[in-house]
Amino acid sequence: MKVLLVLPVLIPAVTGILTLLLRRSRFAQRALSVLGAVALLGASSAVLWTVQTNGIQVAQMGNWAAPFGITLVADSFSAGLITISAFVAVAVAVYALRGMDVEREFFGFHTLFHLLMMGINGAFITGDLFNMYVWFEVLLIASFVLLVLGNEEKQLEGAVKYVGINLVASVSFLTAIGLLYGFTGSLNFADIATSMGNIQEAGLEATIAALFLVGFGIKAGLFPLYFWLPASYHTPPAPVAAIFAGLLTKVGVYSLIRIFTLLFPDPTGYTKTLLLVVAGATMVIGVLGALTERNVNRLLAFLVISAMGYVVMGLGFFTTLGLAGAVFYIFQDIPVKASLFLIGGVMERETGTTEVGKMGGLYMHRPLLALSFIVPAFSLAGFPPFPGFWGKLTLVQAGLATENYLIVAIALLVGVLTLLVVAQVWARAFWSPAREEGLVSTDSPLQRSVLQAPIVVIGVALLAVGLYAQPLFDLAQQAADNLTNTAPYIQAVLG
Amino acid sequence: MILAILITFFAAGAAPLVASRAGRRTGWILSLVPAGLFAYFATWIPAIQGGEIVRVAVDWVPQFGVEFAFVLDGLSLLFALLITGLGTAILAYAGAYLEGNPDIGRFYVSLIAFMGAMLGVVLADDLIAMFVFWELTSITSYLLIGFKHEKAYARKSALQALLVTGGGGLALLAGVILLASAGGTTSITGLLAAETPITEHALYLPAFILIAIGAFTKSAQFPFHFWLPNAMAAPTPVSAFLHSATMVKAGVYLLARLDPLLGGTAAWTWSLSVVGAITMLVGAIAAVRHTDLKNVLAYSTITALGTLVVLIGLSYPAALKAAIVFLIVHSLYKSVLFLVAGSVDHETGTRDVLALGGLRSKMPYSFGAALLAGLSMAGLPPLFGFVGKELTYKAKLGVEGIGWMLPSVAVIANALTVIAAAILVIRPFFGRYNSPKRAHEAPFAMWIGPVIIGGAGLVLGIVPGILAGIVAPAVDAVAGEPVPIKLALWYGLNTALLLSVITVLLGAFGAWKMDALRMGLQHFDALRRAGPEAVYDRLMNGLPRLAEWQTSFFQGGSLRTYLAATITTLVALVGGTYLWQVGIVVPWSAPDLMPIEIVVTGIVAVSALAVTVVRSRLVAVTALGVVGVGVALLFVLFSAPDLAMTQFLVEILIVVIVLLVMQHLPDEVNRTSLGRRIRDAGIAVGAGAVVTVLLLSVGQTPVSRHLSDFFGETAVPGGFGRNVVNVILVDFRALDTLGEIAVIAIAALGVFVLVKMNAPLDGLTRPAHPSVVLQTGTRLLMSVLLLASLFMLWRGHNEPGGGFIGGLVAAAALVLYTIAYRQAGTERMLRVAPRVLIGSGLAVALASGLFAVMAGKTYLTGLWAGIETGTGVLKLGTPLLFDVGVFLTVVGVVMTMVLALERISTAPPPLMDGEGEGTQEPGTQGERIRPPSRRAPTAPETSEKLPAS
Repeated sequence: MKVLLVLPVLIPAVTGILTLLLRRSRFAQRALSVLGAVALLGASSAVLWTVQTNGIQVAQMGNWAAPFGITLVADSFSAGLITISAFVAVAVAVYALRGMDVEREFFGFHTLFHLLMMGINGAFITGDLFNMYVWFEVLLIASFVLLVLGNEEKQLEGAVKYVGINLVASVSFLTAIGLLYGFTGSLNFADIATSMGNIQEAGLEATIAALFLVGFGIKAGLFPLYFWLPASYHTPPAPVAAIFAGLLTKVGVYSLIRIFTLLFPDPTGYTKTLLLVVAGATMVIGVLGALTERNVNRLLAFLVISAMGYVVMGLGFFTTLGLAGAVFYIFQDIPVKASLFLIGGVMERETGTTEVGKMGGLYMHRPLLALSFIVPAFSLAGFPPFPGFWGKLTLVQAGLATENYLIVAIALLVGVLTLLVVAQVWARAFWSPAREEGLVSTDSPLQRSVLQAPIVVIGVALLAVGLYAQPLFDLAQQAADNLTNTAPYIQAVLG
Repeated sequence: MILAILITFFAAGAAPLVASRAGRRTGWILSLVPAGLFAYFATWIPAIQGGEIVRVAVDWVPQFGVEFAFVLDGLSLLFALLITGLGTAILAYAGAYLEGNPDIGRFYVSLIAFMGAMLGVVLADDLIAMFVFWELTSITSYLLIGFKHEKAYARKSALQALLVTGGGGLALLAGVILLASAGGTTSITGLLAAETPITEHALYLPAFILIAIGAFTKSAQFPFHFWLPNAMAAPTPVSAFLHSATMVKAGVYLLARLDPLLGGTAAWTWSLSVVGAITMLVGAIAAVRHTDLKNVLAYSTITALGTLVVLIGLSYPAALKAAIVFLIVHSLYKSVLFLVAGSVDHETGTRDVLALGGLRSKMPYSFGAALLAGLSMAGLPPLFGFVGKELTYKAKLGVEGIGWMLPSVAVIANALTVIAAAILVIRPFFGRYNSPKRAHEAPFAMWIGPVIIGGAGLVLGIVPGILAGIVAPAVDAVAGEPVPIKLALWYGLNTALLLSVITVLLGAFGAWKMDALRMGLQHFDALRRAGPEAVYDRLMNGLPRLAEWQTSFFQGGSLRTYLAATITTLVALVGGTYLWQVGIVVPWSAPDLMPIEIVVTGIVAVSALAVTVVRSRLVAVTALGVVGVGVALLFVLFSAPDLAMTQFLVEILIVVIVLLVMQHLPDEVNRTSLGRRIRDAGIAVGAGAVVTVLLLSVGQTPVSRHLSDFFGETAVPGGFGRNVVNVILVDFRALDTLGEIAVIAIAALGVFVLVKMNAPLDGLTRPAHPSVVLQTGTRLLMSVLLLASLFMLWRGHNEPGGGFIGGLVAAAALVLYTIAYRQAGTERMLRVAPRVLIGSGLAVALASGLFAVMAGKTYLTGLWAGIETGTGVLKLGTPLLFDVGVFLTVVGVVMTMVLALERISTAPPPLMDGEGEGTQEPGTQGERIRPPSRRAPTAPETSEKLPAS
């Protein structure tokens, strides 16, 4: 099946195009949107399965052998990411059936959503530097339009900050690509990885790495490049925010890990320290931001930042264990963040406010929602038996093994603060008595279940992973093995 | 054993179902679960007594060597029996206590899940598995303390308990990982069996300290003890179970379990005994100070926990034996007293002893149970408490080197405990009858448990020997070696007995002078303000302030500030790294430039500078256009005609589009201060310098040409096109192009959204007055331009041109048409909406790659067919179809944007705030384009925007 690897890009593209052409029929758009997401999940799972059974999969687009054409590559890391992303996409597509308003659907929500998925998946499975840049542009413009979709003033304000700062990321990334092309004459990851000699001679390895760090760091929301994130993530409706929070920063951090492990596999102490400092500051800044935030969506946005710190910490150790922890953390953080933002949307619908302090009564009146909140929230705080715990456990182990005690202490402390944040949300929004008028949502039970079903399904999946983490661990471990020993990857691409 | 735990969690899940069906009998039915487990664990007593140790394990996370491993030895069996035994009584009790509460289902979920977690903690043989259950007890405890969640106090207390124990839990996690890495395994059995003692390992001390912090927070040791009294916000059965008999003993359990591994060092003995001793005293003093039954109980629990920690700290067989016995003693009497306190509260409506009295005749069974338990707590014979206290004193007397210090502390603490027992039993039950509510005996379910457990205290006191079979293996497990055990009520006259007598006398005296004592202790209240709880409060108040400060510091600004910060980071990080790694080196080599190149570069530079300094926006846009054209000229000089053509067309379109919207932008006021402009200029120059230096260093190395050579050589034989750029676009790197046309397509949708969604109605546009001359001219020019565009598309594969350029030319023709005939005219002529063009274009491009898939090749592989014509062979292939898709998309994109913007350009400039409101016709401004909307027309946001008139 030579087409398999391209399906994670093609299916959302086709879905996006068809929803654009059928823009007059709301029903057709919605049906296509859900079907497209389900098909994407099927195709991604097939890729994952193939990778698991046959090893790294490679497709040379246009039948031009690497490094001359564009190569798509799926290893365990990429395949895991596209599968989990597709899972979240299905959840969001279903949630959007009720959580999206008719104006936004009319103006192209479904089209943009699927084209965004195309960009995300493309970035995850491409093996080509410039192609990755193209997918970055796709997802940047798609996310920008999704941000402004609705044309509300706060959306525009957030979107301008979003796109303004992200363009700096594009410039930085593009400059780095140009430099690498200048030195190596190639754009193919694997090809570049084998011809880094010129750069090493010029002593520019760390400098180019820093350029990538800025470019991807902006995308990933790392300190001190994260400003756009809390400025924009709270403005769009819940389904959009959920996809953003679940996936966009992950693309940045995925790229960071991919490029650093493949092109700069033996970093100097300088780069490692730099990454760890960035990681620590990101964790702390994120959680402190969440601590003082009263708007539930902005609060969650800050927690997105904090989580990225953990991932970069795992990268900064530059050991297989650290990378396994980072990969595992990314895997589980995608559904965690998506589900929290979806829950945030329901909280807003039910209570009519985004202020956590003004909410209340959700525990009493929406027990299922309350239960579904506990799973991702405590997972975020790194509590067992939820998957976040296993991620943190691995990262802490990796940190102690490499004797980076300070960053481990910070990570654990940030865990306590995260616990404080989510427990406060729980206490205020769920435990507190409802306002006088009670819950304001007028959703019928069926409509409510459309919103809650995806949340519950994600919650159950997370709990299952928390209770039996081994399969996901295996995947993360394979991914980490391929990241530290890049020979099979290069071999698979260059043949 | 694994099944036992699974059953418990399963029962927890089923609890709401049971609660909704069984009604009043819920408590009884659910208590069958712990009762059954108790019986199951009891069957193991003989085997364990015989020295057997049972271990079962299944792989859990083999990656880490983490197993779902459980071990049943003396210690875990003892705890399991306590948990399930007391659990039976408490589950039954809670059914009556919370009867009619609508939340009872969820209550039982948490309570039974807690029980399962607690069993997990004491049975787990794997450090990680143990930790998982440990944290699970924290979460369930959190949910249970916050059970009365409508009350702010309950929420605050729950959070406090969670943070303190959860925070300690994270320390424990780090400690456990260190321990595991020091010992090479996470299995506790494995660690115990290790050849070299861990205590000599370099990681011993940090591991021990971290684990101790975890244990201390959980077992409410000073200075972390303050959460426990606040946890009394939980319903009483919860307090009895979690915060007295079981969960708070998890820390003690952990220390006991690890004693053979970590114990015996000076660090261990000193830290445990000192912390434990302080805890004993703090708890005992505070217990006497309070009058709320549950507070007294909570503080006396802290005393008991301190005692246990001291005993384990001493870590020699007699002390460990005392610890185990005292642990049983305490669990029995304290759970009874808690449950009775709950009954009193339930029946009288208060827990304040000052408002209670003489209940013994009204609540005889509860009184009986309380009396037995109180005597046991006071350590009077013939109750089991006496046995426990004797052993404790003996153990503490046995320490060499500390002298009389420890026993004195113990005597004071125990005397205070005697007083506390008096407060708990004498005040409410003796004296004159006093109760806010008409008191009567609690329901059967609420007194039967306390009576049985209280009675057990008496029986065990008289014949303690029957417990030897349970105590002995437990002590063996803690000591790590067999310890001979003999339990008796009477050990003869010795120093310990003397201390007991002193204790009781002191206690009796104190109870007599209770009020005076309490007054005296009030002086210590000032200490609380500096105590650990005050620190916690200050931390909780200070954190948000710190957080707010940092957020306003980092997150206060506008896009300008953010951009400045982001680019500064870029300059500092990349430039700094360069300086750090390479040094102050400018890799300059004299360039080989043609004069024309210098001129063009100069023009670009001057124009770029102009963009930043000119005041007029119009001039700035024009200057920007010059920059673009200059770059396009450079492309021409470097013989890249396709790039140049594209760049030219795009630059022109950009200037046109910007001019279209220009009149709608607010007046340009430059508010930036000079200092700020200088700073920004510095940042910009820095960024330019960094990039320049990096580019110059690229110039130092010969460029590898393997890619471009391949493209040049393969374009004709492989891609059937002489225009290499086009072959790259539609064949070699067609996937990039597919992505890029998706980008422009989405951008067009974005413009459509921004302009049309919730935008002013068409009614605002002025009627168009197109010029007839322009219309006639356009008609002529249109067909020429469209033909030209198709020509560009067609020849693009071999000569400069292609889908992009052709599409732009066609779009330019249509733009012209739009200017002449307005939006309506263009829409009529196009027949399809431009967005359909976009969709079709994307679809054609995407589908062109699928032919290869159908032919069994990879996606986007070019398929070619040769057609004989008169002049030669005409090659047609799917890459050309791809280019058609590009063409269509580009036309659609430009037209979507232009048609959307055209409406704006013909609309009058929007009114600035505060001017000309009266000239507007009422009602027009608020109207919005709406697709078929379900939103109510009277939505407040709409009506607010209507003009006041």
